[in-house]
Amino acid sequence: MTLFFSQLINGLHVGIIYALIALGYTMVYGIVKLINFAHGDIIMVGAYTAVITLVSLNVPPVVALLLTILVCVIFGVTIERVAYKPLRSSPRISSLITAIGVSMLLQNTALLVFGAASRPFPTIFSIPPLRFAGIQISFVTALTIVVSLVLMLLLQTFIKTSKAGKAMRAASEDYNTAQLMGINVNNTITLTFAIGCALAGIGAFLYVMAYPAVSPTMGSLPGLKAFIAAVLGGIGIIPGAMLGGVVMGIAESLTKAYISTQLSDAVVYGILIVVLLVKPTGLLGKQTREKV
Amino acid sequence: MLNVKNLNLHYGAIHTLKDISFDVKPGEIVSLIGANGAGKSSILNAVSGLVPISGGEILFEGKNINRQAAYKLSGMGLVQVPEGRRVFSRMSVLENLEIGAFTRKDRAAMNRDLEEVFVHFPRLKERRKQLAGTLSGGEQQMLAMGRAMMGRPKLLMMDEPSMGLSPLLVQEIFAIIKQINLEGTTILLVEQNAQMALSLAKRAFVLETGRVVKSGSGSDLLQDEDLRKAYLGG
Repeated sequence: MTLFFSQLINGLHVGIIYALIALGYTMVYGIVKLINFAHGDIIMVGAYTAVITLVSLNVPPVVALLLTILVCVIFGVTIERVAYKPLRSSPRISSLITAIGVSMLLQNTALLVFGAASRPFPTIFSIPPLRFAGIQISFVTALTIVVSLVLMLLLQTFIKTSKAGKAMRAASEDYNTAQLMGINVNNTITLTFAIGCALAGIGAFLYVMAYPAVSPTMGSLPGLKAFIAAVLGGIGIIPGAMLGGVVMGIAESLTKAYISTQLSDAVVYGILIVVLLVKPTGLLGKQTREKV
Repeated sequence: MLNVKNLNLHYGAIHTLKDISFDVKPGEIVSLIGANGAGKSSILNAVSGLVPISGGEILFEGKNINRQAAYKLSGMGLVQVPEGRRVFSRMSVLENLEIGAFTRKDRAAMNRDLEEVFVHFPRLKERRKQLAGTLSGGEQQMLAMGRAMMGRPKLLMMDEPSMGLSPLLVQEIFAIIKQINLEGTTILLVEQNAQMALSLAKRAFVLETGRVVKSGSGSDLLQDEDLRKAYLGG
């Protein structure tokens, strides 16, 4: 039973990071109907920023985190303005291919600048693990879960109640009608990318605290997992991304503990296939029926 | 108030609107009528800035709005109720109405306007917490109109408000349009239901395959022989 619960906590730890990253995919998809394949590489950008500011510039962790967020936001917004915005009225496949191109550009630029060898990420907290009813929870795990939950709560409140949040929801439902109501959709899209990348930046920081190796292609795997989490929960639906991430993380960790380490990815993808077969719109996806 | 001169529009190689000219004066209800595909909705979308025009001039209150970004027009007092209502179905009725007032900052006046919308459409008040997607077609039309009214339009452009509604509901909607006009909002009405549109409109323009083929007062056009044959069932 102890093993089960500690695996559950482990799964929650990695799953909630997937969820943070998945939010970026799902929010962007919701509004511009684009799978931003470069989103995973934003994690890599964030991880390098974190390691450079912490190790080379020797700034305190909080400053490093803020710089990481800032750099990720700048990258995300620039990519949107330079690569995606000019293609907004072209066929969707054009921007999809562009997204893959941006992803390759980021990875190869990082390879050129930083080399292929991975850099270790320093240990920030040397706080002993917390004990809770016989289960050991590392401080990083507890911190990750708490920080992520707070962020998700903030995001939900922002989307639900703020004016900008309502504009995001309106624009993601109907681009043209949102404009007729006076919403500057271009700015709303930029804001969406900015929020998604800020979350990815925090996600990157949390990710390298758990898996302390920074390399040019490190964003691919969490990027892919988060993308799948977003689809699993229902792409375009914000609570879906949160749920999808957590479900994936827990499934992954329980498979590793009870079935086989090698099969964990297969099981996770298997779950995705089954869910999509049974409910093609994802766990929280709704069939949109239009009344005429 | 609205002056459209020699408006031309192309969708790719297709010449959709050919030298369309018409005008709307303050306080009027003006109708654009014509069959499906005559270009009525294209005109509204061109005026709203949703599709780029290929020639001509659109003046709103004397100001050229040819290249004005679509989202700036509602703040200027030019608001469209789009074809097929287009309510935000995953948002509540109240949120839809709030989005209608997106560019406004005068909270107190907004609350007064909200109450006024609820006077026109009591059913929206009953259902204000409900998701807009769960409303009936008629209620969605009311919501789309209420949402537009929340923007305090000087000119309200309506695209096919009667589409898909029962004759009784159409009567109700048109009565409200008349009421809104009496309260001081100028209206440009695009309709396939020529009978209803002409009986309401002060003036009307008849469109055929992207051209204005006839214009005149609503009551004159109602008597017009050709029109009766084409649209009014003899």
